[in-house]
Amino acid sequence: MTLDLLLTHYNYWVVIFLMMVGFYILISRGNLIKKIVGLNVFQTSVFMLYISLGKITEGTPPILVDGYGEADVVYSNPLPHVLILTAIVVGIATTSVGLALAVRIKEAYGTLEEDEITGIEAGIEPAGEAGG
Amino acid sequence: MLLTLLAATGFALLRIRNLFAVVMLAGVYSLLSAGLFTVMDAVDVAFTEAAVGAGISTVLFLGALALCGHHESKPGHTPLLPLFVVCLTGAALVYGTMDMPGFGEASNPVHHHVADHYLEESYGEIGIPNVVTSVLASYRGYDTMGETTVVFAAAVGVMILLVGGARARRARGGGEG
Repeated sequence: MTLDLLLTHYNYWVVIFLMMVGFYILISRGNLIKKIVGLNVFQTSVFMLYISLGKITEGTPPILVDGYGEADVVYSNPLPHVLILTAIVVGIATTSVGLALAVRIKEAYGTLEEDEITGIEAGIEPAGEAGG
Repeated sequence: MLLTLLAATGFALLRIRNLFAVVMLAGVYSLLSAGLFTVMDAVDVAFTEAAVGAGISTVLFLGALALCGHHESKPGHTPLLPLFVVCLTGAALVYGTMDMPGFGEASNPVHHHVADHYLEESYGEIGIPNVVTSVLASYRGYDTMGETTVVFAAAVGVMILLVGGARARRARGGGEG
């Protein structure tokens, strides 16, 4: 019973492990670029979860063999694939905006470390670099 | 197994502090996940991930690193609180999977809502053998249109941020010199 559960849920658990690695990078690291990498890891793990849901054992990719979907073939579920295609492209868009923001923050504050930025915000503004 | 390899890469990502190596590892991670998508029958997703995740995003990260430097300083505070939060969330999620049906069973409820319709009718209705394409471009066409809107908005945002920054720098240089 336990072994059975392990075999049928192994995929989901590794996905959750990766998701948590991404989450941990996101909340525990101060460097903004490292945070974006963590966000990407998290995001890819969600993709893997969806694709795992769409997989059918012994299935083939959802490209119709005879053109009518009547051959005796099992296809994997195409719907998660479509959703994830959209999500990948949106993900790269958000990543690029995040990186552009990081570049601007680096220009304005001279650092990408969260602690130092908070320090600068609380203390004196560096001369001539304020605003953005 | 591919998944175990992915887990190892994820762990290495966490430990390494040189951001250049981190970005390269992120590319490896992306490529591994593309391999995993192929194994799980999602060929369209796999090549999108290989092109976008391993290709374009690595280039973007490298560009950002070239502008920002690639050193990450040591984390200043103890990792205990984040570790606790992460373990708690992970445990909750694993508890959630206990009720989920097993991996790859054809009788899972996900496979029997609209997916059957797409597989059986899409050739007659649309005429493209690749079901993913017909769902993407036709049944969920508005979704794809929304996606292009998001990409457009992101491109405009990036341009405003970077061009605005360059202009501010030039104005400052002009004012001082």
